[in-house]
Amino acid sequence: MTKGRYGIHGGQYLPETLMNAVLELEQAYEKYKKDPEFLAELRRLYREYANRPSLLYYAEKMTKDLGGAKIYLKREDLNHTGAHKINNVLGQCLLAQRMGKKRVIAETGAGQHGVATATVAALMGMECVVYMGKEDTIRQALNVFRMELLGAKVVAVESGTGTLKDAVNEALRVWTARCEDTYYVLGSVMGPHPYPEMVRDFQKVIGEEVKAQLQEKEGRLPDAVLACVGGGSNAMGIFYDFIPDKSVKLIGVEAAGRGVDTAETAATIARGSEGIFHGMKSYFLQDKYGQIAPVYSISAGLDYPGIGPEHAYLHDIGRAQYVAATDQEAVEAFQYLSRMEGIIPAVESAHAVAYAMKLAPTMKKEQIIVINISGRGDKDVAAIARYLGRDLHE
Amino acid sequence: MSKIAAAFQKHPKAFVPFITSGDPDLATTQKLIVAMAEAGAAVVELGIPFSDPVAEGEVIQRANIRALKEGCTTDKIFAMIKEVRKETDVPLVFLTYINPIFTYGTDKFYAKCAEVGVDGTIIPDIPFEEKGEVLGACKKYGVDLISLIAPTSKDRIQMIAREAMGYIYLVSSLGVTGVRREITTDIGAIVKEIRKVSAKPVAVGFGIATPEQAAQMAALSDGAIVGSAIVKIIEQHGKDAVEPVRRYVTAMVQAVAATKK
Repeated sequence: MTKGRYGIHGGQYLPETLMNAVLELEQAYEKYKKDPEFLAELRRLYREYANRPSLLYYAEKMTKDLGGAKIYLKREDLNHTGAHKINNVLGQCLLAQRMGKKRVIAETGAGQHGVATATVAALMGMECVVYMGKEDTIRQALNVFRMELLGAKVVAVESGTGTLKDAVNEALRVWTARCEDTYYVLGSVMGPHPYPEMVRDFQKVIGEEVKAQLQEKEGRLPDAVLACVGGGSNAMGIFYDFIPDKSVKLIGVEAAGRGVDTAETAATIARGSEGIFHGMKSYFLQDKYGQIAPVYSISAGLDYPGIGPEHAYLHDIGRAQYVAATDQEAVEAFQYLSRMEGIIPAVESAHAVAYAMKLAPTMKKEQIIVINISGRGDKDVAAIARYLGRDLHE
Repeated sequence: MSKIAAAFQKHPKAFVPFITSGDPDLATTQKLIVAMAEAGAAVVELGIPFSDPVAEGEVIQRANIRALKEGCTTDKIFAMIKEVRKETDVPLVFLTYINPIFTYGTDKFYAKCAEVGVDGTIIPDIPFEEKGEVLGACKKYGVDLISLIAPTSKDRIQMIAREAMGYIYLVSSLGVTGVRREITTDIGAIVKEIRKVSAKPVAVGFGIATPEQAAQMAALSDGAIVGSAIVKIIEQHGKDAVEPVRRYVTAMVQAVAATKK
């Protein structure tokens, strides 16, 4: 097996034109991930710029209302730029800077990764171009303007379904044209090696913090850790430190869209099959000829036909469990958390909340669930209003 | 000697056209293959359409969409090739992405290639490091895996060339497929580097549209590959593209052959 494997998954399936660029990235990452000065700078940025550590909040009202396990929320929504995406972007842009790159590109779905990349590019004085599916530029219009405000150029991608997958296609195409001076900031634990490993390493701080914070509050490990999964970066970030702790259930919640049994779904583990796409071997939603399926979810950030290779592996070996929540369930959870705790979660994170609402009542009162609130929901307010039949103008 | 090797021996300066199978439909693809072979194409490259062709520019992306909309599938392409083999023995090479091959079943795919008479495969998202994914099946069924070398390959050139099969596809420029006004890569230097370790024919592709460009590239190598410029003609003429494509290929074959030393 070649490099960057998780069981049979992962790998480096890329056009020859990009191979030296990813090999250069791999070398740089191997060097800097052990470099004390690099790591100290990253920790400083996490602390002073991104507002880490993020809070671990005991959701007391929600716990009482559901009447089962004790529920904690990991507040990644309180990070600068409003989501976990900043953790990875700070790491990668710092690396890009060390590699002497002055120009970064990124793909984005919901716009959170694009906003984070535009933000850090502004901070570090880099040119930034973000590729976003045309459909997503419409449903996340606020984030488009936010990126432009930060000095980034946003390119609306019209090919394919005009969503996250097409944004990745376009970013890869553009990278092929300018791989010598451009660094590609991939936003999730996917793509060719070394991205899945590197993005996981920059996100694993979430789980490490949860472990320490819960130890302090409860003196013990949680019983279950829940996170939504598109490509899977916030989930891998909160899962990773708990993988050796076999008593901790790891639960990834995929976007079922209008239902896992419909064609309008993005639930890759539930409905996908083994394939090779976007540089990696993993599970994908596709037809029997290997044509990638046009997926759907109300959440632009989970609207992706694949899943990171390490998740595929955790699924294969049974270490993590993958379930799905529908649009309807996610919207209900979005409203529920807003009213119950005064926290408006991203519609992506609301998928994890939705499953927690089913799971918690089946658990004992002394058990503990941690939900990763991977982002805040301000960006989704207009789309949720539309879903509920209210026409809101931003 | 393989059919591909024999073709490059017969055409020391080869012209290699590319079209997307099923664009605008498979009946037209079949006629186009025959016409291009009659016009003097040394090898014909056939795209198997893919939903997400990340190495392609807009022209070939649109051809992929047209073909898939028309209902083109891998099985239908194999059936068409079985038919076209009654009319021509020009070497045929598939250009597609790894997912359609992997999902079809790699072994089954190459068995079928051998059965209907496909001589090679070009897979843009299988780099040297990952070729183990298909190499066993390629060797088992005697189908060449054509390697790509890019302007950024540098220290990788010899490693790739040393193990090359069939011919080497030298990518002329950075970026995706599509017509370019000029090609700035030092093709001669890369060919020289390849020649140190391999005698396999080298054909240059990406960005070539005019007879002048093709002649220029062929002068520095063993041939020129043209895709987007032909696909554009097909886009324009649809089912009536056979004669315009025949005329274009004839002119390109002549321009390339005229560079013969």
